[in-house]
Amino acid sequence: MILDLDKFIAKEQPYWDELSALLQNYDESGDYQQPLEEAKRFYYLYQRTSADLVKLNTFAGEVETTRYIERIVAKAYSRLHESGAGKVPFRPLQWLRRTFPATVRRHWRAFIISSGAFLVGASFGVGALAVDYDQKNQFIPPQFPHLREKPSKRVEREEKQDFDAFQGRHAFSSQLMTHNAKVTALAMVSGFLWGIFTLAIILDNGKLLGLVSYDYLLDGQGEFLTAWLLPHGSVEIPAILLGGQAGLVIAHTMFGWGTNLRLRQRFARVRGDLLTLIAGASLMLIWAGIVESFLSQYHAPNFYPWKIGFGALQLTSLILYLALSGRKKSQTRLVA
Amino acid sequence: MLGRTTTLEVRTAEGVSFKIPIASPCSRCLALAVDLGMIMGLTILATFVLNILQSMASALPGIGRILVDFGQGTAIIVQFIIATFYGIVLEWLWSGQTLGKRLLRLRVIDERGLSLSFKQIAIRNIFRLLDMLPSTFYLIGGTSCLFTAKCQRTGDIAAGTLVIREVNVPIPSCSELLEEGENSFASAPHLEARLRQRISPEEARIALDAITRRDELKPESRLLLFARLADHFRTLSEFPDEITVGLSDEQYVRNVVDTLFRRASI
Repeated sequence: MILDLDKFIAKEQPYWDELSALLQNYDESGDYQQPLEEAKRFYYLYQRTSADLVKLNTFAGEVETTRYIERIVAKAYSRLHESGAGKVPFRPLQWLRRTFPATVRRHWRAFIISSGAFLVGASFGVGALAVDYDQKNQFIPPQFPHLREKPSKRVEREEKQDFDAFQGRHAFSSQLMTHNAKVTALAMVSGFLWGIFTLAIILDNGKLLGLVSYDYLLDGQGEFLTAWLLPHGSVEIPAILLGGQAGLVIAHTMFGWGTNLRLRQRFARVRGDLLTLIAGASLMLIWAGIVESFLSQYHAPNFYPWKIGFGALQLTSLILYLALSGRKKSQTRLVA
Repeated sequence: MLGRTTTLEVRTAEGVSFKIPIASPCSRCLALAVDLGMIMGLTILATFVLNILQSMASALPGIGRILVDFGQGTAIIVQFIIATFYGIVLEWLWSGQTLGKRLLRLRVIDERGLSLSFKQIAIRNIFRLLDMLPSTFYLIGGTSCLFTAKCQRTGDIAAGTLVIREVNVPIPSCSELLEEGENSFASAPHLEARLRQRISPEEARIALDAITRRDELKPESRLLLFARLADHFRTLSEFPDEITVGLSDEQYVRNVVDTLFRRASI
């Protein structure tokens, strides 16, 4: 049987036009929620046009008309079968209280590996300096010139300096936030290259901390070091580790160990968790940037115990929050 | 580039299958250039506005210095927000399109033909950090685009998305192809009926495609194609010489198409 194409087009075109007009309307009005009657009509038009497409493919096979209807059916299909994930209302408090810490705990193995890589990097930094102290400047990146000078000299200079809370602090804080957010996001997305670069970024960050810590401790500046790094480092370093954790989750997804799902399906499973981890890490980095600019750089010796106390309290709170927040009661009891 | 496909074939639960054309790396590059230009323009504009505000604030006694510093910090944050959220916000608001994609008639969709979720949009834009490496040369993204079957950068693979071409196809009309009164087969309706009976939909499709796309063929290829088609159709239903005398092979096929598509009905 062959289709009378002209008659067919003349009969069906009003329906195609109506469906096209509805789709155009949805495109222009963004997140428009159509009334029930309109939704029913839309579904009818989609089904009718789909049937026309099948009929054309079977009985006529004319390329241009088929292509024309395919465009309409494809758009309508996409509209009709949208995932609806975006319609779930975002609840910030619930996200903070439960979703974020639960996601960190769910991928605890990746977090352990990320932390382990950081410690290995730190040990390498300590070891490198212990073996050959003269190579210190070779290891410290050029963007940190203040880390190249002798720690005791820097401490002497910094402690004499007046702290001006507004002299370039906002700009410095903003730079820290954006730079650290980029590094953390890069640690995450590098997981796509099977985690090699994620581990390299984490190792490098660990190496720098190891170098600096060993240098300051060797020079007897342990108190300055702790008061300087702990207030913001207690949040910043865990945030970078979370970026590494997300990167390792991606690497695991790439390898696909323990599952026979396809790459697309594996990514679909972890997509929400990745966003949660990177959003949580970004929030932590915003806070760390503020603390680093307005508190960490304040180097008055009589203020050191307060800074260290603040940093220690912050670190403890963060550990408790990530470990316990949003757990079900039975789980908490089990841990206790 | 091996195994590259130019269309995404979707088969719905209702058994309907359709094809969506995938955007080429070239058109994606152009759209990216437009978007980068927009990001640069917005950043310059925001910096300019903030600079004016800072210079006005610096004149204020007491808090002027604080406001200037605050303005500098804000400028850094605003630049970061524009660069990071330009793609996310526009693709969310315009159902998978940025300004560049809109101009080039491209759209991001789910790789199963569905519309996008916010998670997908966010992930594909965060992955831009990796795709644009080294520096901002998009070497990783470009290489991935060239070597994946559906022209996907790493962000697209992670988010399960792909970029398609949106083509506005005007509704065709057979009347334009088959002019009234030219079909000499009409004088032998019984032979026309035999032809309609013996021909399969696939054969009819080939004949119609050949007529529709005749201008895309080289002259020698066209002659060869219509000669083979006409020979094939002559074997299905033999029209008398007085009807077919002087008919070129192409006109013969045109008559067949006219007989099949205009005069028949289901």
